[in-house]
Formats: sequence, structure tokens, C-alpha cells
Amino acid sequence: MTSISLCEFHPFEAAGRRFLYLVPSAAVFALDQCSSAVIDSLVDGPRPLDDLRRELEGRFEIEEVTDTIAELQRIRALGESSVRPSPPPKVIPLKPVPLQTLVVNVTNQCNLACTYCYEYGEDKIVDTENGKQPKFMTEATAREAIEFALRESRDNPRAHITFFGGETLMNFNVLQSTIAYARRRAAEVGKDIDFSLTTNATLLRPDVIEFLATERVGVTISIDGPEEMQDKFRVFKNGMGSYDVAAPKIKALIARHRSRPIGARVTLTKQTLDVRKIYRHLTEEMGFWEVGFAPVTTAPGRDYAIADGGFDHLLAQFRDLANDFLQAALQNRHHGFSNIRETLQELHHGHAKAYPCGAGLGLMGVSTGGHVALCHRFAGSDDHSLGNVRDGVSWEKQQDFLQTHHINSKTDCSTCWARPICAGGCYHEAHTRYGSTERPNLHYCEWIRGWTHTCLEIYGEIAEKNPDFLRQFDDEEVPEKVS
Amino acid sequence: MKHLTPVNRKAAKVEAVTKDVVALQQGGPPQQPEPPHIPNGCSLVFSPGWEADRTGGTAGLCQPVERDLFDCHMGCFWPAQVPDQLNHAPDWTAKCAAAQKDWRKIDLIFPADEKKKG
Repeated sequence: MTSISLCEFHPFEAAGRRFLYLVPSAAVFALDQCSSAVIDSLVDGPRPLDDLRRELEGRFEIEEVTDTIAELQRIRALGESSVRPSPPPKVIPLKPVPLQTLVVNVTNQCNLACTYCYEYGEDKIVDTENGKQPKFMTEATAREAIEFALRESRDNPRAHITFFGGETLMNFNVLQSTIAYARRRAAEVGKDIDFSLTTNATLLRPDVIEFLATERVGVTISIDGPEEMQDKFRVFKNGMGSYDVAAPKIKALIARHRSRPIGARVTLTKQTLDVRKIYRHLTEEMGFWEVGFAPVTTAPGRDYAIADGGFDHLLAQFRDLANDFLQAALQNRHHGFSNIRETLQELHHGHAKAYPCGAGLGLMGVSTGGHVALCHRFAGSDDHSLGNVRDGVSWEKQQDFLQTHHINSKTDCSTCWARPICAGGCYHEAHTRYGSTERPNLHYCEWIRGWTHTCLEIYGEIAEKNPDFLRQFDDEEVPEKVS
Repeated sequence: MKHLTPVNRKAAKVEAVTKDVVALQQGGPPQQPEPPHIPNGCSLVFSPGWEADRTGGTAGLCQPVERDLFDCHMGCFWPAQVPDQLNHAPDWTAKCAAAQKDWRKIDLIFPADEKKKG
């Protein structure tokens, strides 16, 4: 007699209903009473089909049970226990993938000296001070980067450029002329092009603000919260905090720049772990449309690194803020907690990722000298170079990267239910932490699973109570966040 | 599905793509119109008479029935169907420059011929 058993999934409850998040398909199904009962009866291990039917006969019609088992098998929540489910095949693209986002590091210089900085701090991988890379990108190189982006976007009707640094606005002249050049060239080749940048806000002069607003440049501000938190790490070279300089300029920017929502990007450290307070300050007092949080990228043992207990604390705070988001979502109000928006978007589509992000695939970074790397965090590092903007990138190198970094190669992840959404996490973080981009980020597994579980609960709750809210996530084309 | 409700977009896709599989498994009337005409390939199974297509006809074959043998010498690995051109009958196709015109000139090879050559 055939025995059946549970396949891989993560169960969760929301709005009084039970759901399954299936792995590896990333499909979300809601259960009824009968399917719940079938799942419960198999929790202790495989059972013969007859045995299972007999147990449930008293509570449900036998036909209902048979149908339910067939349905659960159909979505691969159940399977015959003698058949080991084979992992999905490792599919490497056969030809270059169109580039969606090019991150252009227009300078590697910065007027701040944030102590935790991955570009200048203790964990930097690119020699930005004595290295081969120029301090500022020249106009010629920036134009070549634009040509590269237009060329590599292939059949895509749209190219997206993100300017990054160092402090991006320290090379404002080149940024300005490059945008004009890019618009002209994009029109010539018949593509849409759009721009965004990340800045620490200290150099936002009125003319800069005017330019960003009229050119519809998306702006993300790196800021860590209210004064006492911002000034802990985000300091000038003389040690002075940057809040007093940045805050009025941010307010001026938000007041003038209405063409695109302005977002804040917060780096969380052991010393600045008050998510709700930071969120309130940045939205209510500063006026940001959305706020995204990321734990600091660091080698273990740095005094600002978030240790294990800190991640639990962080998760509890994220949950609080996520609940605020839920309440707003149920009333169709905007809430600017962007971490949850991004995860909900991914859950809504049910993307099962083979790679944690688009780096080296639809996203690449260009260094000031024109070297192309996986992403902006590796731009300028010889070990992670894919080519340069003049001669293009090596498809062999790219394929090799895709081979070695595929989720199937990360054995640690093979039993984790959160792998469709995490896929091992940030390459740069792994490199900083473990010295290799191929390693999964095992130090935050619990955090990822905890956070994904929370997001699933919120997704389920919205799906039950206000499903129309989720329509805003239908759109596939969301440019990758760069931080 | 009666007992499970697809919630996200992937679930809807899973439901859609597994519909046909379930229908096939459960039998019943064909879900799709007549499949396109595909002649049964000679190398897939040992099946004398494979020159007939699925309906028993020969009209839709990939080449005229007369050319079958000749084509085996070009494109087929099946060694028993054609003379061994490498060792025993190197000139077998010498008079047949264009198969459509010259196929009548391809002769049969008998063991006796090979002996003579030998």
C-alpha cells in the first residue's frame, strides 16, 4: 500500500485561517478544515493511504478526503514517501541576461567618515585611498557607462541608472552632465531611462535640489534617525555629527522634490536599535515617504555589530512596525515601512529565487575607473571584476559566477524553508563575514526565518481581509533597491 | 480545487499548470484538439513499417518513401539498413548526385559483389 508523507512547506496562520508556504515553489495556499486535518494527521511521519483515509472517515466524507489528498499532492504539499522529491534543476541562463540597473559609483570619496562604512571602514574590500581607481569618475567614463547600460539592457525598453559613491554629490558636475547625455542617447536608441541616487544629504544645495526635482531623480537619503543616533556613527572627519547639517537640507529637499517619493535608508547597529523611534522621527518629523532598515554589514566582533540577542530584539521591533503597516493596509492607508513592502511584493509574486539578488545578473556596479563588478559594493575590486564599460563584461565569468553561486550549490540552505526568498543572502555581507561570496549568511538565518514568517502572517491577513490592497504588488517591474 | 485556495500569484500558476496533468491522470475526453502531425521517427523504436505516420498514411512523411533508404545512409545511425560505405561499398552512391532525380541509380549490394571486390 502506498504511504504518503508531507513534502516541504512552512505552515502559518493568519486571520483565523491556516496557510501553507510551499517550498521550493513559493506558492501560498489557504487550507480548509479537511486539508488541515490531512496535514495534521501526517505530522508524525509517513502513513499508508488507507490508514489515513480510515482515520478521517468519521469526520469527513470519504470522497472529500480522497479529493483533498489529491489536491495536496497536486500542489506538492504531499507526496508518496517512497519517492524522494528531486530538487528543481540548476538552470543557468544560456545567453546574457538584459541589464536592468547599472549602479554608477561617480566617486569613492566622502565628506563623512561613518565608522561602520563598508567602503572606508574596517571591512572595506576595495582600496579606495591608495588604489588604482581614480577618486572621481570622469565625464568620459560616465558616458561610457551610459553606453554600456544602454547596450547591455538589450531588448529591455528601459534602463535604470543609480548613482552612488562615496558621497554621490561630491561629483555633482559629472552627474549633471551625464544625465543630460544619457537622456539624449536613450532617446536616440528609443529607450526609456530613469535615474536615482543615494546621498548623505549634507551637500544638498538649493541648486542641487532644484536639479534633482526637475530631472525627476529618485533620491534615497542615508540617515540613521534622530540626532543622537545619526551622530553616533555618521560623523564628519573631525568627529562632528552630521545631523545638524543634514536635517534642514533634507527638509528642503522633501518640500521641493515632489516628483518622486523620497526614501530614507537606515543602517542599524548594536547602539542604534530603536526601529520604531527611528521610523517615527524620519516619517513624522522629517517627512520621508518611506524608510528602509538594514543591519550593518560587518565582520563579527566589531563593537557596532549586532550580536545574536540583538537580532531577536530587532525582530521584535520589526514585528511591531509590521503590525502598524498591517493596520494601515487594512484601511488602505499608506505606511512607509519599506522592508515589509519589498518582502510582501516578493511573497505576492511567489518568486523562488536561485540567487539572492540581481547582482551580476540584472544589476551591476561600475567603479570610478570604469570597471564593472557584481554590484556597487564590489566595484573596483580586482577579485570581483566582470569586465569594464569600454570592452564589456565577460559572459564566461558571469556564467561561472552563476554556476558557483546558485542556491543548489549552497548545501546549508537545502533544508531551509525560507530559501525561496533568501537564497543565502547578500554576497557582500558573506564576503565580509566569511571571506567568500559563495557562502550563505548563516549568522542571520534565524532572523530571516523569523522575519519571513511575520511577513507571511501579514500577507495572509491582508489576503483574507483586504485582498484588493495586494493589487499594487501585481506589477513585476520594481527596480532593485541599492544600499 | 475545492479544498485549497490559491492566495498568491504563484499559487494561481501552480493551479493552472497542474490542471492538465490532473485531467490526464483522471482520463476522460481529450483536453486538447488533435495534436499536430508528427511522423514516428525511425530511430526511436524498432518498428518495421515505421514509414507510415500515425494515421497509417504516407503522404505527410518527411521525405518520399523512395528516399528513405538513401536518407538512412546520410542521416541515420542504424547500420543494418544501408551498405557499409566505409569498408565494402564506397561507390554505392557515386551515380546518385541528387536523390530526387537519381534515386533509381542506387543499386542493390549483394554479398557476392562484396566478395568480388574483396
